Amino acid sequence: MVQASPAPQRIKPLGGDDLLDIYSTMSLVRALDQRVWMLNRQGKAAIVASCQGHEAAQLGSVWALRRHTDGFFCFTYYRDMGVCIAQGLTPRDVMLGFLAKAGEPISHARQFPLHGASVERGFMNLSNVVGTHVPHAVGWALAAKMRGEPTVVAAYFGDGATSQGDVHESMNFAAVHKLPVVFVCENNRYAISVPQHKQMAIERISDRAAGYGMPGVTVDGTDVSASHDAVAEAAIRAREGNGPTLVELEVERYLPHTSDDDDSTYRPREEVEAGARRDPLAKLRELLFQHGLLTEVQDTAIQATAQREVDDATDDGEKAPYPDPGDFLDRVYAD
Amino acid sequence: MAVQTVIEAVRDAIREEMERDKSVFILGEDVGLRGGVFLATQGLADRFGDERVIDTPLAESSIAGVAIGAAMAGMRPIAEVQFADFVWPTMNQIVGEAARARYGTYGNVFVPMVVRSPYGGHVRGGLFHSQSVEAYFAHTPGLKVAVPATPYDAKGMLKAAVRDDDPVIFLEHKRTYRSVRGEVPEGDYVVPIGQADVKREGRHATVVTYGLTLHYALQAAESLSETGAEVEVVDLRSVRPIDADAVLASVRKTGRLLVLHEDNQTGGIGAEVSAIVSERGFDYLDAPIARCAGPDVPSMPFAPTLEAAFMPTPDKIAAALRKLLNY
Repeated sequence: MVQASPAPQRIKPLGGDDLLDIYSTMSLVRALDQRVWMLNRQGKAAIVASCQGHEAAQLGSVWALRRHTDGFFCFTYYRDMGVCIAQGLTPRDVMLGFLAKAGEPISHARQFPLHGASVERGFMNLSNVVGTHVPHAVGWALAAKMRGEPTVVAAYFGDGATSQGDVHESMNFAAVHKLPVVFVCENNRYAISVPQHKQMAIERISDRAAGYGMPGVTVDGTDVSASHDAVAEAAIRAREGNGPTLVELEVERYLPHTSDDDDSTYRPREEVEAGARRDPLAKLRELLFQHGLLTEVQDTAIQATAQREVDDATDDGEKAPYPDPGDFLDRVYAD
Repeated sequence: MAVQTVIEAVRDAIREEMERDKSVFILGEDVGLRGGVFLATQGLADRFGDERVIDTPLAESSIAGVAIGAAMAGMRPIAEVQFADFVWPTMNQIVGEAARARYGTYGNVFVPMVVRSPYGGHVRGGLFHSQSVEAYFAHTPGLKVAVPATPYDAKGMLKAAVRDDDPVIFLEHKRTYRSVRGEVPEGDYVVPIGQADVKREGRHATVVTYGLTLHYALQAAESLSETGAEVEVVDLRSVRPIDADAVLASVRKTGRLLVLHEDNQTGGIGAEVSAIVSERGFDYLDAPIARCAGPDVPSMPFAPTLEAAFMPTPDKIAAALRKLLNY
C-alpha cells in the first residue's frame, strides 16, 4: 500500500466547536434518516437508502474539505444524505425529495430522493447507476485544472462501485493527469447482498491506489476525526497539485441496502448487531462527554431541535402537493 | 471558395472553434501528436498544446464520462471515439448519463459535449470498423445526432454542435472523409442541427437519406434522369431531431418516397421517417413507402463481395427507385 505522504502538521484538527457542530448535524441527519425510513414503512416514501452508520464518514469528509480547500464540489451517491445536508440541503428539501413533492430543489422530484444537482450548494448525484458519476467527478476536476481554479472534487461511492470499470478508468485518468480529486470510498462491506470477499480478493480497497500510482489510506469511517484527517490530507494534496488520493472509510450499514431489501436472508444478525456497536453518533457523543464539551442538558436540547426540524419538515412535505405534470416534457433540451 | 475534403472541413471546424472559445478542448485516443487515426486533429496538439488536445488512455467509457463531467462544469469538450464500432463502452455514459442530465436535474446541470466518431463502411472495415450506430443514439431523448455528408455541412454542423448546449453525437462517414470534396466558404458559418437539405430537386420521387448513401442516391438519381425520371434527394443531415417538415414538403411534391440508409433496416431511421410520413403525409402518397437499407446482419462483412452484398449501392438504389416509380 502506498501511504499518503505524512503532513499532519498541515492538517487543522477538528476543535471542540467543530465536533459539537458536527454532532448537531449528525443528530439531525440521523433523525431525518430514521423518519424517512418510517415514512417508507407507512407507505409514504417510495424508496429509502439509509445512511445510518455512514454519518461520521460523510460529515467528517465534508468538514475536511471545507477547512482545507479554497472551494470544493461533491459528487455524491445515493446513501449520502449526510453530505447533502452538510452542503446545504435542508430537512424540508430532503423530505420533499423522499415524498416526491413539488418544490424539491435538485430534480423537482423527477428523480429518487437525494438525486439531481445543485451547483450552488456544491454537489450533484445525477445517477442511480453505481459508479457512473465517478468519471464526471474527474471531468469536473479536469475542467477546474484547465481553468486554473482551486476547486477540489470529492467523488463519493461505496465498496460495490469499486468493481465498476468506470471507477477504475476514473482513478487511472485522474492519476495520469494529477487531477484534484479525493476518491472517498464508504466501505460498508456489502454491495446489496454480496459481501466484500465475493467482490474482491483484497482486504483493503485502498490497496488498489498503488496500482494507479496514487496514495491510498484506510481509516475508521465511524470516527469523525479519523475520517476528517484522512480526507483533509488528501484535500491538501489535491489542492497543491499533487493529484488524487483514495480514502477508504470503513463504515457500517445498519439497515438493509434499501427499504426494498431484506438483509435477513444474507446477513447474520450478530454481524448487524456488532456493526451497530460502532455507532458514529454514539461514539461522537461519548467523545464530547469525555472532553466536557457536551452536557446532558445540551444534548437533550440538540436532540429536541433535531426532532423539531424533522417534524416540521415532515409536516411541510406531507402538505406539499405533488408536482404538476404540466411541465414534465420540459428540460429535455435547452430549447 | 476553397474546395475541401470532409476531413479537412472537420479539422478546420475544430481548430476554429478552439480558437474562438477557450473552453473547447479535445480528448480521445491518439488525437494528440498522431492527430487521430484519420488525421481529424492533425496539427492541433502543436497549435493548442497537450492540455487542450488530450491523448487519453484506451478506455472509451471514461473518454465520454470525463467529457460529461467537464461539460457539466462549463467546458465544451469534443470527445473522439476512434471508430463508431468502439462506442459501446460509452453507451452507459452517453445514453444513461449525458442524455438524462438536464432532465434529471431540472436543468441545474447540462452537458454541452460533442462526441465525434467515424462510422459506416464500404471501406473494407469488416464487422468491427464499418458499423452505422446512429439509430441507437437517435432513439434517446436528450441527445442530438448529426450525420453530415459534405464538407460544407460537416464544418457548419460541427461548429453548431460545439456551440450547442446539449450533447451532440457527431457521426462522420469515414468513406466520405477523403472521397467527397466540396466548396467550403472562408470564415465562420454554422449549419443548424435539425435542418434537412434538398441536395437535388425533382418531382417524380423523393429519396430521404443521409451519410454516404446521400452520394450514392445522387448517383442513382443522375442515372435515372437519363430516362426522364426526376428524383428529389433530401439529405436529413440530422437524425435527431428529424426535419419532418422538409421530408413532408418533398413527399407532398413528388408523391413517392424511398427511405434509404446504410444502417440495418429494422428499427432504423427509415422506419421513423416512414412513420412520420404515414401519420402526417399519407394523403400525399401515390405509392407505398419503400425502404432500401443495410440488411439485418451485424454490420458489414469483410470480403469485397460480401461488403458489396451488404451495401446499398447506386445500382440497388436505382433499382428500388425504378420499382417505386413504376408502382
